[in-house]
Amino acid sequence: MPDLGLEILLKGSNMIRLLGGLWVALKISLISVAISIPIGILLGALMTWKNPITKIVLRLYLEFIRIMPQLVLLFLVYFGTTKAFGWDLSGETAAILVFTLWGTAEMSDLVRGALISIPKHQYESSEALGLSKVQTYLYIIIPQAVRRLIPLSINLITRMIKTTSLILMIGVVEVLKVAQQMIEANRMSSPNGAFGIYLAVFILYFIACWPISMLAKHLEMKWR
Amino acid sequence: MKNFKKMVPLALAMTLAFAVTACGKKADSKEAGEGTNAGGEKAVVYRTLDEIKESGTINIGVFSDKNPFGYIDENGDYQGYDVYFANRIGEDLGVKINFVSTEAANRIEYLETGKVDVILANFTVTKERAEKVDFALPYMNVALGVVSPESKVIESLDNWNPKDEMIVISGTTAEPFLIENYPNIPLQKYDSYATAKNAMENGNGVAWANDNTEVIAFALQNKGYTVGIPSLGSQDTIAPAVSKGNETLLNWINEEIKSLGNEKFFHANYEATLVDTYGLEFEDSLVVEGGQVQ
Repeated sequence: MPDLGLEILLKGSNMIRLLGGLWVALKISLISVAISIPIGILLGALMTWKNPITKIVLRLYLEFIRIMPQLVLLFLVYFGTTKAFGWDLSGETAAILVFTLWGTAEMSDLVRGALISIPKHQYESSEALGLSKVQTYLYIIIPQAVRRLIPLSINLITRMIKTTSLILMIGVVEVLKVAQQMIEANRMSSPNGAFGIYLAVFILYFIACWPISMLAKHLEMKWR
Repeated sequence: MKNFKKMVPLALAMTLAFAVTACGKKADSKEAGEGTNAGGEKAVVYRTLDEIKESGTINIGVFSDKNPFGYIDENGDYQGYDVYFANRIGEDLGVKINFVSTEAANRIEYLETGKVDVILANFTVTKERAEKVDFALPYMNVALGVVSPESKVIESLDNWNPKDEMIVISGTTAEPFLIENYPNIPLQKYDSYATAKNAMENGNGVAWANDNTEVIAFALQNKGYTVGIPSLGSQDTIAPAVSKGNETLLNWINEEIKSLGNEKFFHANYEATLVDTYGLEFEDSLVVEGGQVQ
């Protein structure tokens, strides 16, 4: 077997540090996901309203978040709020804030897309059957929209987990940063360490994201 | 969709407006080295020496992945040349240290926002940086170095044989320095450390110019090579940095560096942290003691 420098993982408390880094990444992304999904669904429903003011406001919010790279948002929130308002947010708080803003914006657009993709005749048929507006949404529209939403939101969630690799730029030590620290600390003794450590990081991300993909598959089968 | 077309310029206008205000604020804060709070009155972003002592903790920004200057060992503790000095600062101030892991790209922001009190992250003193942060006295030298095979050691770049080629890595400071100062030396440019190292080992060039710390480490790890020129060109220094205007802390660090010179602290630091990588031979050319560059 080629030398992958895997012995680095067994040194001292390295494995625990790596898992600790994964926990930081998962904690930040999952808290953000948990907040952004309900708010995103609400905003997505609001976006289909015919009210011009909510439309403009939500559209601007979405475009702003979508245009800005996540790294710029992180710097704006972590360093920018201190310069502008004197707030001293911790790196983790800033990260959760940015990821929630981002997740909410993208989620709302996914929900909007799912809702308007339901053909008009579905609304008209249910009206012809004598269902009320609430009943139409509850029994006809939402079940169909949710089914379309699942693969899209799973993409978003796994993307949010993986994008936590950027938060090392605002001083939060997550799994990728721990990996870089371990590779550099052993630069002389295990020059091939990068292969083994990044392999371990790959496996950890996989273990974190795989169950979410499986859950999505399961839900899609169940609601077919 | 009709609406969407109208939205595009609106969204652009808003982004632009945001960018303009953001820049305006930045320029503002640079002027005085202080942040501006929402009310428009000046707010001091940094903590003075007394405030740090009172709080009992100093925030020091270091690298966590630059062995042997600032890194984390297998027990999760910060180690390295910068960290050794940081620990001494904490000890002499009588406060605990909160190490903050910084990146090369965000060191200035950390000081501009006062999120750390001191940066000790292998921070090379440059004019551009000195406009945004205050550097204390230096504690290390950096320069370029040239490594060559022991069979034909190159000790001077004058009287260069134009058939010989010099290996450099694109994007390092060695490349523009040689083009400007020794235009008659033909350069062989490589994109990465690994390819340059291969070229050196295959004898594609007669010598390799890079940061002196890098070439010294290379010569120590690879038998048959010697650093013929350990320091070339402009001498740069590495120094601690504090937020612009934080005079109490700056003066304290300067005094600390001067008094540490009496006990040869940075030599001891070198022998504890850098000797494995660079050997004893370069101790005097790399270390700056008491803030006095030789």
